Amino acid sequence: MTAIAERPTTTPRRSVFRRPTAETGPWSWITTVDHKKIGILYFVTAFFFFLVGGVEALLIRLQLAQPGGTLLTADQYNQIFTMHGLTMIFFAVMPLGAAFFNYLLPLMIGARDVAFPRLNAFSYWVFLAAGIFLYSGILLGGLPDGGWFNYAPLNLIGPNPTLGVDPSAGSPIPEHVQRMVLYSIGLQIAGIASLASSVNFIVTVFNMRAPGMTLMRMPIFVWSIFVTSFLMLFAMPVIGVALWQLLFDVRYGTSFFNPASGGDPVLWQHMFWLFGHPEVYILILPAFGMVSEVLPVFSRKPLFGYSAMVFSMIAIAFLGWGVWAHHMFAAGLGPVANSAFGLSTMFIAVPTGVKIFNWLGTMWGGRIRITTPLLFAAGLVGMFTIGGLSGVTHSIVPHDWQQTDTYYVVAHFHYVLFGGSIFGIFSATYFYFPKVTGRMLDEKLGKLHFALMIIGFNVTFFPMHILGLWGMPRRIYTYADGMGWNFWNLVETIGAFIIAAAILVFMVNVTRSLRHGAVAGNDPWDARTVEWLTTSPPPPYNFEEVPHVSARDEAWHRKYVSDGSQAPRRVPAGASPDHGTPDDASPGEAAVPAAEAPAHGPAHDGASAIHMPSPSYYPAIAALGLPIAGWGVVAGGAVQVALLVLGGTIIISGLFGWVLEPSAEDH
Amino acid sequence: MATTDMSAPLPGTDDAHATTLGLANDKMAMWTFIGSECLFFGALISTYLIYFGRTNEGPAPAGIFDIPFTSASTFILLMSSLGMVLALAAIQAGDMRRFRTWTMATALMGATFLAGQFYEFSVFAAEGFNLTTSPFSSSFFVLTGFHGLHVALGILMLLSMWAASMMGRLPQQLHTTVENIGLYWHFVDIVWIIIFTVVYLIPAAITIAPPTG
Repeated sequence: MTAIAERPTTTPRRSVFRRPTAETGPWSWITTVDHKKIGILYFVTAFFFFLVGGVEALLIRLQLAQPGGTLLTADQYNQIFTMHGLTMIFFAVMPLGAAFFNYLLPLMIGARDVAFPRLNAFSYWVFLAAGIFLYSGILLGGLPDGGWFNYAPLNLIGPNPTLGVDPSAGSPIPEHVQRMVLYSIGLQIAGIASLASSVNFIVTVFNMRAPGMTLMRMPIFVWSIFVTSFLMLFAMPVIGVALWQLLFDVRYGTSFFNPASGGDPVLWQHMFWLFGHPEVYILILPAFGMVSEVLPVFSRKPLFGYSAMVFSMIAIAFLGWGVWAHHMFAAGLGPVANSAFGLSTMFIAVPTGVKIFNWLGTMWGGRIRITTPLLFAAGLVGMFTIGGLSGVTHSIVPHDWQQTDTYYVVAHFHYVLFGGSIFGIFSATYFYFPKVTGRMLDEKLGKLHFALMIIGFNVTFFPMHILGLWGMPRRIYTYADGMGWNFWNLVETIGAFIIAAAILVFMVNVTRSLRHGAVAGNDPWDARTVEWLTTSPPPPYNFEEVPHVSARDEAWHRKYVSDGSQAPRRVPAGASPDHGTPDDASPGEAAVPAAEAPAHGPAHDGASAIHMPSPSYYPAIAALGLPIAGWGVVAGGAVQVALLVLGGTIIISGLFGWVLEPSAEDH
Repeated sequence: MATTDMSAPLPGTDDAHATTLGLANDKMAMWTFIGSECLFFGALISTYLIYFGRTNEGPAPAGIFDIPFTSASTFILLMSSLGMVLALAAIQAGDMRRFRTWTMATALMGATFLAGQFYEFSVFAAEGFNLTTSPFSSSFFVLTGFHGLHVALGILMLLSMWAASMMGRLPQQLHTTVENIGLYWHFVDIVWIIIFTVVYLIPAAITIAPPTG
């Protein structure tokens, strides 16, 4: 942290652009390298994509509300359910997690920023570029239509092989191929953003911790960032390779996945799920971390079994690499492979169960305050448990064969991704809104939001278990009357609109609270971790004085004293005798020496002495080149060469400008 | 490419130990990135192994690979790692002239390897072995092609360092940047050792060995 603050400009150097200095207005957002502004950008953008994905979900539910629905054609339906999945996973839940990672990671470990602020900005712009690129299909002959996992050989021939095979119809590239190029390059670009973030966060956690912040004193949410980053680091290159192979197959005539020329379609499934299963933990672990922060604060107890929580998270991440073939039980891998992956899938329920019981243990016996963040966190514990249990039923291979490709699976993953991830993200949104904006979200509207959401969620997704068990297949654009599916499908559609109403309540709440919410102060929740020691919203440099950490729940120990025989007593700021003695940490941690305090830290010099990195144009410029090059591959022909050269030039010159620009412009 | 990020502590100053673990941020980032690259090449090599025998009656490994030629270009690429080490030693010792000499030599050896790969690919294409011949050929060209792309990026970084040094914009204390680019360069070389063994040597050995049974 002092490295950022203190590094002097080596020699005055010229760059093509002066480093931008705007601190307000649109340019300040485009050029920002402040992790808090980037976090807000992530949240706003990802929430926009969440709404887009939600509208797509409503269209799906309207189409399926009655048998023989005619709202959408089969082709439109294929595009919309595919984009619903892609949007929610890659452009809503992952970046919503990244929003909190960005905003909170430096604050929680007592740093002034992440390790690589410009790389952080680059991640955001690349993510945005990927979203725009994928959705540009609306103007370019259609969106991807093969489902989010896009199985081979469907991804090679398309759901309707007669569609757009006539190359004379305008573009030299068939429509279906264009859609697959959008899928492949769009996700590839999104993967670059995730990879850059993961490198950045891993280095930040390793290297930027405040003095005394040992690994086992880090807030549990930081652990979830850390573990998730490792999952992204290793999962992204695997899907990257698969996406390149798909691109070469559809666009340049290779035969990786094409059985007609000797390729193996099952290889795509292996590659996809080798990424795809770690991916589901990338989606859920951040939410686990969020509720693990929220529950102790509102139970007024420390997190139950902190070490067990940390190690179960690591165990989930580790085992998550050995279960991918449970997505492929119906692919015919044989009884040995199926049994092995069934067993490993049952194993992974153990650390997950540890976490659920630890959350219950945290709440048990606590003096619980029923607030909106707590309600959403408790909602996650309940809903995720249902989804987790239906997940374990899939580890039983014959049962899985029965449920494969039915609505039972849709019910399962919505219980873990919506009931899990989205509930966790809303919990954290209500919890951290005061820190980010300085104002509280309205509790009444928040509770209404929660009530509508948990009712709407269960009305929508619980009947899917029943429909799935009755054999209703997923990914069908309509169904015939007389299958016995009419009633529950109508119920589900009603439930989906209740969820939409819940989201509307949330948006009204945010809009109103931004202007009229109660002023929060530094620590409105009587919270436990160091991000609550600074102001709300925090200054650009986060902490005037970098906190020296002597305990887990550092902020709590600065506020309360307890001799263990009676209830903790609140003391005036700075008066706690607990502070400065690491006696509440376990012996193993206490042995880890605290990092030496930087001799020339900015402490006591006042905010003016803290130099933060200047904003920069180059991350946004470099990111801009990626979709341009991608559109070249979509277009084909001479345009392809032109756009690849143009995009490549923009990327390379952006990176050169980045490397060569001075660390701060002389004022 | 973010190796000169502002948050990297300047070596030789007190900031070198300001990170929690005492290791410079940019070096740790390079190691982390290399960890990710292992999975990238792991997936490509796995694909190659899976499609090893699927030649669609096109050329098979034993008939197509020219082991002596590729051995020579492999030797040159491996020697470029020595050049990289000497370049780093030179800048650490403050000898900028020697640093530029070895950086350029390393880049040239990398370029020679790439030229060899280009020649090899064109010979293969002339013999009817190209990207679309079979799953085997697809996986061969995509694997070695992506490796070649990594070499090309490395050459670009080496030439940029050389040019920056010529313009006097690579001060001696930026030797950690050279070290990081060196880490990348050595990694790309090590990957080639695996590719050369798995893709070229083992198939050749299998073919030469007398049939058993």
